[in-house]
Amino acid sequence: MGIKERLGKEWLFFDGGTGTLLQERGLAAGELPETWNLTRPEELVAVHRAYLEAGSDIICTNTFGANALKFPDDLPAIVQAGVENAKEARRQAGRPDAYIALDIGPTGRLLQPMGDLPFERAVELFGEVVRVGAAAGADLVLIETMSDSYEAKAAVLAAKENCTLPVMVTVIFDEKGKLLTGGTVDSVVALLEGLRVDALGVNCGLGPAQMLPIVERLAAVSSLPLIVDPNAGLPRSEDGRTVYDIDADTFATLMGTIAQKGVHVLGGCCGTTPAHIRKMVAVCRSLPFVPPVRKRRAVVSSFSQAVEIGDTPIIIGERINPTGKSKFKAALRENNMEYILAEGLAQEDNGAHILDVNVGLPGLDEPTMMAQVVTRLQSVLALPLQIDTSSPEAMERGLRLYNGKPMINSVNGKQENMKAVFPLVRKYGGVVVGLTLDEDGIPDDAEGRVRIARRIYETAATYGIPPEDVVIDGLAMTISSDSGSALVTLETLRRVRDELGGHTILGVSNISFGLPQRETINAHFFTMAMQNGLSCAIINPNADGMMRAYRAFLALSGKDAQCAGFIAAYGDRPAAPQTSAAESTVSLSECVERGLRERAVEAAKALLQDRPPLEVVDGSLIPALDRVGKDFEQGKVFLPQLLMSAEAAKAAFEVVKDAMRGTPREMRGKVILATVKGDIHDIGKNIVKVLLENYGYQVIDLGKDVPPETIAETAVREQVQLIGLSALMTTTVVSMEQTIRLLREVKPDAKIVVGGAVLTKDYAESIGADSYARDAMSTVHYADTVFG
Amino acid sequence: MIAFDRAEALRYLGYRGAPPDAAVLDRLERCAAELQQVAQPRSIDRAFDLAHPAADTVAFGGVTMHSKNLARTLKGCTRIHLMAVTLGVGVDRLIARASAVRVSDAVLCQAVAAAMVEHCCDEVNDTIRQAAAQEGLYCRPRFSPGYGDLAIEHQRDLCHLLDTPRRIGLTVTESCLLAPIKSVTAVIGLSETPQPCHRQGCEACDKLDCAFRR
Repeated sequence: MGIKERLGKEWLFFDGGTGTLLQERGLAAGELPETWNLTRPEELVAVHRAYLEAGSDIICTNTFGANALKFPDDLPAIVQAGVENAKEARRQAGRPDAYIALDIGPTGRLLQPMGDLPFERAVELFGEVVRVGAAAGADLVLIETMSDSYEAKAAVLAAKENCTLPVMVTVIFDEKGKLLTGGTVDSVVALLEGLRVDALGVNCGLGPAQMLPIVERLAAVSSLPLIVDPNAGLPRSEDGRTVYDIDADTFATLMGTIAQKGVHVLGGCCGTTPAHIRKMVAVCRSLPFVPPVRKRRAVVSSFSQAVEIGDTPIIIGERINPTGKSKFKAALRENNMEYILAEGLAQEDNGAHILDVNVGLPGLDEPTMMAQVVTRLQSVLALPLQIDTSSPEAMERGLRLYNGKPMINSVNGKQENMKAVFPLVRKYGGVVVGLTLDEDGIPDDAEGRVRIARRIYETAATYGIPPEDVVIDGLAMTISSDSGSALVTLETLRRVRDELGGHTILGVSNISFGLPQRETINAHFFTMAMQNGLSCAIINPNADGMMRAYRAFLALSGKDAQCAGFIAAYGDRPAAPQTSAAESTVSLSECVERGLRERAVEAAKALLQDRPPLEVVDGSLIPALDRVGKDFEQGKVFLPQLLMSAEAAKAAFEVVKDAMRGTPREMRGKVILATVKGDIHDIGKNIVKVLLENYGYQVIDLGKDVPPETIAETAVREQVQLIGLSALMTTTVVSMEQTIRLLREVKPDAKIVVGGAVLTKDYAESIGADSYARDAMSTVHYADTVFG
Repeated sequence: MIAFDRAEALRYLGYRGAPPDAAVLDRLERCAAELQQVAQPRSIDRAFDLAHPAADTVAFGGVTMHSKNLARTLKGCTRIHLMAVTLGVGVDRLIARASAVRVSDAVLCQAVAAAMVEHCCDEVNDTIRQAAAQEGLYCRPRFSPGYGDLAIEHQRDLCHLLDTPRRIGLTVTESCLLAPIKSVTAVIGLSETPQPCHRQGCEACDKLDCAFRR
């Protein structure tokens, strides 16, 4: 019988630890255990066999660390032998009913952008192992000890794309119920269920006693068969060896308790032995087995947060969208990620739960832009994202690279559209927005919209997408052209909730298109929509009126216990600060010199009332910056103050820029800044960027870990005369040197300035740079000579 | 709560002698408070027997290191303690976030985080020192790959021997940088004889032109 026929229907038992047993058999510290698959196969067969004889139904191949990074030369042989050894043990033990799990552990590297391993490279590395293991005869894939949800996702995709075996995933939580990379039980379950794994759970890190609360939470939120493989208690060091603190009897007793918490597959990890497993099987086998229960929760997640769509409406921030926003369009065209990030961060601060991400702009490569924006947003923001695009290709790029279970905006009732979108939802997971329109357009009554909603649910089900993973958009249409349209939308919301038991979503502000004072209409309609059952509102969370309507609704509808949320938001909001007469007269240059960003903005506005913009720049801003710069160089002012001044000046420059409208500040030259390939430290580069921008340079910021080719191509394409490179370590100065060599070939007239902790003037010369910048100000000075 | 040495953080920011103004200090404390929220300090350490197979060469746990500075630090030691400390990837995210909003905050956060990781190292070091004292052994100063002439590439050996990716989530990139960034690996020699001159950190390093030298 295949394991899928038994999983979740009866007790199944994994094996226990391998490492400790191999050490007892002579594995040296630092020796890679997987090499024994080839050099000491008899030891592996013996270990596997001992577990089968102890009652394990599933044994794991000795391939935890087998990947091409650790075994560049003989990976296929190692994996093949790993499976063969398990098969031999199964034969010797006379257990043809037992299953062999192809064991896949983490790569040991951190994925980009926190580390340097690209997501798709991780998928490739895991894929190689899966192909060999499946061909050798494994019965399932076990992805285990994952401490990063993103890496777990790469491994699951690799498994699903390279074999048809069942896929199980266990992750490693700490005592606070967190992954090393910040994920929670809820966020991990959402991700893995979205990826449609066959079973999930927890292993390693903790003993069974410490795992108990985590197991309880897993059982409460997961609909899948649950695996629990703890260590034999907590580790301690004894004579240089790691030992674990609970014996087989205690382990078995504790596992008996865990078994009754809604768990379906039990085993052990570090420190557990065949004795632990034998006693555990004896205790657990006779306990009543309860199959997994469908939880029907609608959850989206980021790397660290889970947001449940349910009784309490949630806010989806709409600001990352170029429609009708000229600044945003410009940011997309200029690849200005900083602007897009700032939009995201402001919405997070103002109370959004999810952020909509739409980067569609005519003439722009939307799939590439989607990949880039999703990657950047998820590296600094903790909120789940909503991938918003009408391009299936851009949708797939976004879904694939997203670290979590996203919202997907959208699918509609057209057959063609459902055929394009639902397979992506099925493969990558997500809660998809279903627009109530079809080949015949938007029905003008609720009956028609509910009919389409029903069809979307039914079609989704044929792809294995459960109803909770669909939210229906009742479509808000402006009342300025049809005064009954709001009523139709509200009725649709109500009926989807009451007749279909579904969740709903609206782009709320569409309701007021073409009217004056839109926020007034929007806020009131928002309240009415929530009263009629709206689950998700796509709004501008920076609009105070909308958030007031939201918080007031929660307080009034019993969804804000003790009105705590409302009080926290508005309880002691101080009246507008009274600026004293003396304070208000602080000059713009003084604001810059003292690093007062907000005050600098006010001062610039005041000054612009009776002075032309250029005079404000040349008369106040630049002289102030020069004074701070000089003081910095003389050691009178230090880096934080220099930067605070630069930021105050930058904010003031923005005000000036707005005042100049259409005649932007004349740029002194284009400069590329990049942290070189292999280097993930980018603070130095970011400091230089702020200062260069202040002095009127247009900075093309290529980010960190940038390949030489990207820098060279950009320099040629954008005709850049000055390139600034940063590298922190001797190991990455090597790629700095490569970059310089390439630049000399393709752009011989460009100047190159370098900086970074290990560099010196001589070192910079020896790798062929034109100039060495010891700090941010000296880069500015060098730029002045280049463009002077 | 992770303690840290404010003076050390200010030194990383370039302050020498002159104290920063109140606005900077205030921002520094706010950054520190945010770091306390996201930092997840973790450490691991393990002892190995130490051999001195040749001049300027030490060997332990199947690894051989050639370094005049390290060999000098470990002279007369029979055991070596490896240690690794990380503040976790949440700190990297906080700094990345600050970089996107206000780079001055990123600079402050990174200095405070560096002082925090240093403090965590001191704590691990103290534990090792106390355990060694029980066995009548004395600790030599902590020494890290990248100090003096000890190749940065040895980060990889230390992380491998300590199994840091799995145990504390600390990894080494292809270019031998530690990720998460706010992390340290180090070795501490254990000797039966106390060392009269107890040189520590910067003073033990040959890089006289280092910008951060005390």
